[in-house]
Amino acid sequence: MEESEIDIKELIVIGGSSGSLMVFFDILNNIPDRFPLAVLLIIHRGNFLESMLLNLLALKSRLPVKEVEEKEKIKPSHVYLAPADYHVLIEKDKTFSLDYSEKLNFSRPSIDISFISAASVYGKKLTGILLSGANNDGAEGLKEIKGRGGHTIIQDPEDAVVNYMPKQAILKSRIDQVLTTEKIKQYLISLSHPGAE
Amino acid sequence: MFIQEEELQLFLNDLIDQYGYDFTEYSEASLRRRVDLFMVRDNVPDLTTLRSLVFTNPDYFRHLVEEVTVNVTEMLRDPLFYKAIREEVIPVLATYPFIRIWHAGCSTGEEVYSMAILLKEAGILHKSRLYATDINPGVIEKARSGIFPASQMRKYSENYIQSGGENDFSAYYTANYNLAKFDERLSEKMTFATHNLVVDSSFNEFQLIVCRNTLIYFNKNLQSRVLELFDQSLELLGFLALGSKESLQFSSIEFKFRQTITEQKIWRKVK
Repeated sequence: MEESEIDIKELIVIGGSSGSLMVFFDILNNIPDRFPLAVLLIIHRGNFLESMLLNLLALKSRLPVKEVEEKEKIKPSHVYLAPADYHVLIEKDKTFSLDYSEKLNFSRPSIDISFISAASVYGKKLTGILLSGANNDGAEGLKEIKGRGGHTIIQDPEDAVVNYMPKQAILKSRIDQVLTTEKIKQYLISLSHPGAE
Repeated sequence: MFIQEEELQLFLNDLIDQYGYDFTEYSEASLRRRVDLFMVRDNVPDLTTLRSLVFTNPDYFRHLVEEVTVNVTEMLRDPLFYKAIREEVIPVLATYPFIRIWHAGCSTGEEVYSMAILLKEAGILHKSRLYATDINPGVIEKARSGIFPASQMRKYSENYIQSGGENDFSAYYTANYNLAKFDERLSEKMTFATHNLVVDSSFNEFQLIVCRNTLIYFNKNLQSRVLELFDQSLELLGFLALGSKESLQFSSIEFKFRQTITEQKIWRKVK
């Protein structure tokens, strides 16, 4: 990966569905506490997980983890979680907006909606990462991120518990990097030392 | 996304001039997405075409408004919210000789019927009036009809039980093929009207205003103006109920209100 690309990233968006939760935990656990970017997580989950999910993520993370709040300013070195049953959009002034419109790909929050919205605001300063899942969500979003000059990564289908979602992404657009969980962690660590890799 | 932000702003300004509808203070990210979706669905190739359709045909403009505003709703959405209404709000409302409630941004009316059921079960529907408004005339018509998809009834029945309902939910409607028509004794006390929160003023004083998941589609400025409108439209000690991710925090009216229970977005006007 070229250094120029590392230098300019501002936001990482990560989407995952079935089989992705352990990967999220693993990734958060390895993001260093001086990580300079903002991270937005879009996680499909059943209702039963809702009350615990934020706490579990916060336990794993060295960065502060919080649920996205309506019209909240996006700050570096923070991890944001899309709330259950709302889509998360990003305004051009880099604040979040919540949206209760129809489900997309049977999902709310939808990964595509957040990826597409983030791409239109952050352009090449964005990295999109799509993890394990049994759903179509995220493929269109990665295509849009790529189209706007951002960097796209999927979890290696060989490494994913459910490989359907990352495979759909490959069919939809050219993906910059296909990485195992270990390599995704390394990529993120490399972002906290711009130019050091 | 094929509409550019600047194009959209110009289009919105022209809508004000021609139709008096002002969407310029809507949340831009959401609105742009809705307009994009609308154009895809309606097979409108570009903004020039959209402009000519909208500006030559008021019916098409109405169609645009109906599709671009979000109208996702359900009965007894967030059952624990309705449980709090039953337990914390209705006992207070019951002490009034006459109860006025405003559902602002009522969409297709599911939440208005939910409220009417709660009032009926508390024995106070007869002395209540529910004013239900929305910017979108199409959804107001649906709301007035009291007819909802029968396929949703199982879910609503579950919501009803979780909200503390003790009756048979199906007693409130008559199902016919795939439609469920709600009891007219519920809708007798409802008044439906179009009302635009952006430009229209207060039209009464209420003891309860319910506006859930409408403010999220507005920008900060418009959100605070609408909250001020609600403040002006509430009696002292009246209640304001918002959506689960909406808040009075950091708003100009926050100091006048106190949250009744921390887990639910229900505030009481204390000043």
